[in-house]
Order: sequence, then C-alpha cells, then structure tokens
Amino acid sequence: MEQGALLTGLPAAFFYLFAFVAVAAALMVVSSRNPVHSVLYLILTFFNASALFLLTGAEFLAMILLIVYVGAVAVLFLFVVMMLDIDFAELRTGMLQYAPIGALVGLVLLAELVIVLGGSSFGPETVGAIAQPIPDLAIRENTAALGDVLYTEYVFFFQLAGLVLLVAMIGAIVLTLHHRRDVKRQDISRQVARTPETSIEVVEVESGKGI
Amino acid sequence: MEFFTIWVLPALIIIGQSLLLLVALLVFTAFILYADRKIWAAVMLRRGPNVVGPWGLLQSFADMLKFVFKEPIIPAGANKGVFLLAPLVSSVLALAAWAVIPVNEGWAIASINVGILYVFAISSLEVYGVIMAGWASNSKYPFLGALRSAAQMVSYEVSIGFVLVTVLLAVGSLDLSVIVMSQTDGLGTRLGLMNTFLDWHWLPLLPMFVIFFISALAETNRPPFDLVEAEAELVAGHMVEYSSTPYMLFMLGEYIAILLMCALMTILFLGGWLPPVDIAPFTWVPGVIWFTLKLSLLFFMIAMVKTFVPRYRYDQLMRLGWKVFLPISLAMVVITAFVLKLLEGGAA
Repeated sequence: MEQGALLTGLPAAFFYLFAFVAVAAALMVVSSRNPVHSVLYLILTFFNASALFLLTGAEFLAMILLIVYVGAVAVLFLFVVMMLDIDFAELRTGMLQYAPIGALVGLVLLAELVIVLGGSSFGPETVGAIAQPIPDLAIRENTAALGDVLYTEYVFFFQLAGLVLLVAMIGAIVLTLHHRRDVKRQDISRQVARTPETSIEVVEVESGKGI
Repeated sequence: MEFFTIWVLPALIIIGQSLLLLVALLVFTAFILYADRKIWAAVMLRRGPNVVGPWGLLQSFADMLKFVFKEPIIPAGANKGVFLLAPLVSSVLALAAWAVIPVNEGWAIASINVGILYVFAISSLEVYGVIMAGWASNSKYPFLGALRSAAQMVSYEVSIGFVLVTVLLAVGSLDLSVIVMSQTDGLGTRLGLMNTFLDWHWLPLLPMFVIFFISALAETNRPPFDLVEAEAELVAGHMVEYSSTPYMLFMLGEYIAILLMCALMTILFLGGWLPPVDIAPFTWVPGVIWFTLKLSLLFFMIAMVKTFVPRYRYDQLMRLGWKVFLPISLAMVVITAFVLKLLEGGAA
C-alpha cells in the first residue's frame, strides 16, 4: 500500500468495522462491571487488532498476535481474574481516582504514536535512516521478509529481548519455587529404576509366628 | 454489472463452498461419533449403538434430534451471556479452522500464506470455550474443569508449536498446500525409489509425529488426557450445567477439533491428498478420498487410544508436557535445523 493513500471501497469498510469494534471493545474493557467481562472484551480488542494487521497485509504479525496474546497471555489473564475474590461494588468506588493516571498514560502513548507516525513531517531525513526497504508483498512473503531482517540486521536486539524474557522467567521461578522437605514427592526415575531384587524380599514364614 | 462480477459472484462462490464443506464436515462428524462408540464397544466386546437405522448407522442423527428438542436449562446463578457464548465459541472456532485445510490439490476455501499459523492460532483459542463455560456456570466442578483445561491446553500448545516448527524448517513454507506438495520428494526418492509413502514426513520426522499425536490428544481433551471432563473426578467438567443444544454444540466442537487435528497430522506427516504409491490404480482414486482415508485411519488410532489407555493423573500430565515433550521437541528443532544445514537446502 502506498504511503498516505486513503483506503477506499471494501477494504475501507472493513477497516472502519474492525477499528470501530476494537475501540468500542477497548472502552468496554475499562468500563464493564465484571473483571472477567473486561478480559473477554480485551480478547475481542486483540482480535480486531489482528484483523487490522491482516488488512495491511501483515499476516504473520496478525497470526502471532492471536497465538501469543489471545492464545496464551489472555488465557493466563482470565485464569488469574477468575480466581480473584472481588467485591464488585468496592471496585467501582476506586475507579475515578485512577482515571487521571490512565488518562496521562494514554496521552503519553498518543504523543509517541503521533511522533512515530508523523515522523516524516517532523524530520524527513530520519525516516530513510531507520526504515528498512519493504519488499513487494507479491514477491516476498512477509513472514520470510521479517525473518530476513530479524535474524541478520537486528539479531542482537532479538537476542537481547530473549535474554530479558529469560531473566523474567527465572525471576518468576525463583519467587514461586519452594522446596518443602516434608512432602512426599513422586520420583519417576527412581520408580522406573526399581527391580524385583531391590523391592521384594522373600521370607520363610513359619506357621503361627508371623514375620 | 461490474460490481456483480467483482464482489457478489466471488462472495456467493465462497458462501457456497463454505456450506458444502460445512455439510460434508457435519455429516462426517456424525459418522465419526458413531465410529468412536462402535470401536469402543467392539474393544469391550459390546455391540454399541445398533438400533437406529441399519447397524445403528443413524444413531448420531437421532441423538442430534433429541438434543435439539430438549429444553435448554440455564442455572439461576449462571452468567447468562457468557454461559451461552461458550458453546458457540467452542464449535464456531473448531469449524473456522477448516477454512484453510486443503482436502485436495487447490480444494481449500481460503489458501493463505500463513495457513499453518492460522490453524495453530484458532486451535489455541479453543480453550476459551472451556474456560468461559467453566466460569459462567458458577458451579464448582465446571470451574475446576476450566482451571485444569487452561493449564493443560497452554502446556501442550508449546510442544505442538515446536513440532510445527520442525516441519516448517523441513518444508520452508507456511502454506498448507506447499507442505503437502513438498512431500512428493523425500527420503524414498533420495534412495532412488519412485514417489511412495516413504517420501512423506512421518518417516524422517517420526519422533515429532508421535509427539504431535499425543499432544493432539491432550489439546482436544481426548482420553487419556480428558481430565477436564473426567467423570470420576469432575462429573463432566465444564459441561456439567449444560443441556440440550448448547451441550450438543460442545460435543460438536470437540469432535470437529479432533478431526481438525487428524487433518493437520495428515497434511503435515502423511502427505495430505497424495496417493501412497504413485502408480496406476492408486492415482485413479481422487485425492479427497485418500485424504479422508488417512483422516479416518488417524481417528481410528485416536479412538483405540481411548479404549486401552487409562486416564493420566493431572501432575503426570503436566510432567509429560513440560519435562518430556518440551525438551524432546526443542532438541528436535535444533537437530532438524542442523541436519538441514548439512544437507543444505534439500527437503528432508
């Protein structure tokens, strides 16, 4: 798609449909009474975001958004939220005091998006330096194109991101892993390694005496 | 007129194809359900369903009518919207994934570049049907079932993902049709034989095929991994409070998801619609028949597993997923990449 070209026809109709549902669902995430409903609306928002990715031809990002965010992250969200014991009425009273903070975060994000998307008008010379040439979608699938850049140009950033995740994972494990000594645990390798010689003892029992 | 040829006609064609696939799939599911019960019965030396129609062939249709005519009961404490949404989610998602499955050369409703990712994404969403049902029922057994399924399905998706990665490494494409066609050239042709079933991916990627098969059982909540609905522990898990059509939708979603996994295994490992030997009598048979036969064979194996493997304990299920399958599949990704690098570019 050419830069700055306006959408027309059917793509435009779908764009407005998905965008409208995404925004409406995002509003419902914040305003719905029940936190489980909030998470379900969040999933709807993700879905529409992924549909928007599809419209721009970024099918790999669309699918990864579904697999990672909807298929894994949101499941865990839902998992945690379902198990919380929440007093809904109490939750509503605290709502307004967080509103300014939320608005502030939203404003900062908006400003950043404007700067990134309007980068060409702020400093036309920066765009050429940061943007990779995008190959034509007809020649190169964007999955392959993404891989080409990610594993060559940006391999260190990629590794760094992996390292950050690894540290986070180890942190989570360290925080939650408690080895309790007084609990009987199953040790599969020990069970498998047992033989009749180590576990059975044949005894001659005289009648009337017991072992 | 132009509007008609550009927009209306393709839309009508797609709707027609979707309806055809839907009807074919639902009829096939009805007989698969019957087959499942018959196989189970045969192993137990019972007769199984044998009253409705010849040899009981129409049993599934009778069951369906019965479900539809019963009264749907919604528990008073249930969250009504989510309660009714859950069975819809589980059946619609299972059906949606079939849109990209090619049952013959060029016979897919939507042939997309990232077909395999699409199927993986949709099948990873199927857990929502179970979670939503469990939570919305507002009852303890469904809730426990939902908690179990959330952990179980997320765990086994990881190893399924790695199995997919090895196949993708060997093929070099995410397109399901390309994955099938790449299996016309493989181990058999490398040995100088003609195109046979030895070319298919099951042989070079045998460990991954086994892992995928077992993970598919866990992903679709089939025995021996049906802890979500284990009747000895949780009555019927997330489906306890459901009756009538919503319950039927759950059953439908479950069986179509199983068929989807069979179809995926057929495409990834058993050469999709390709004939087992590429000579005259076999090549006369249309590809869709071969596809269905392979699908049925895999379903037979899944049904047999149900009959003779006892149910896993939950911690053992988790151990199998994370401590056995994850390391093996991860190692296989590295090994496959290494072997492919040595062969330099050739499909395995």
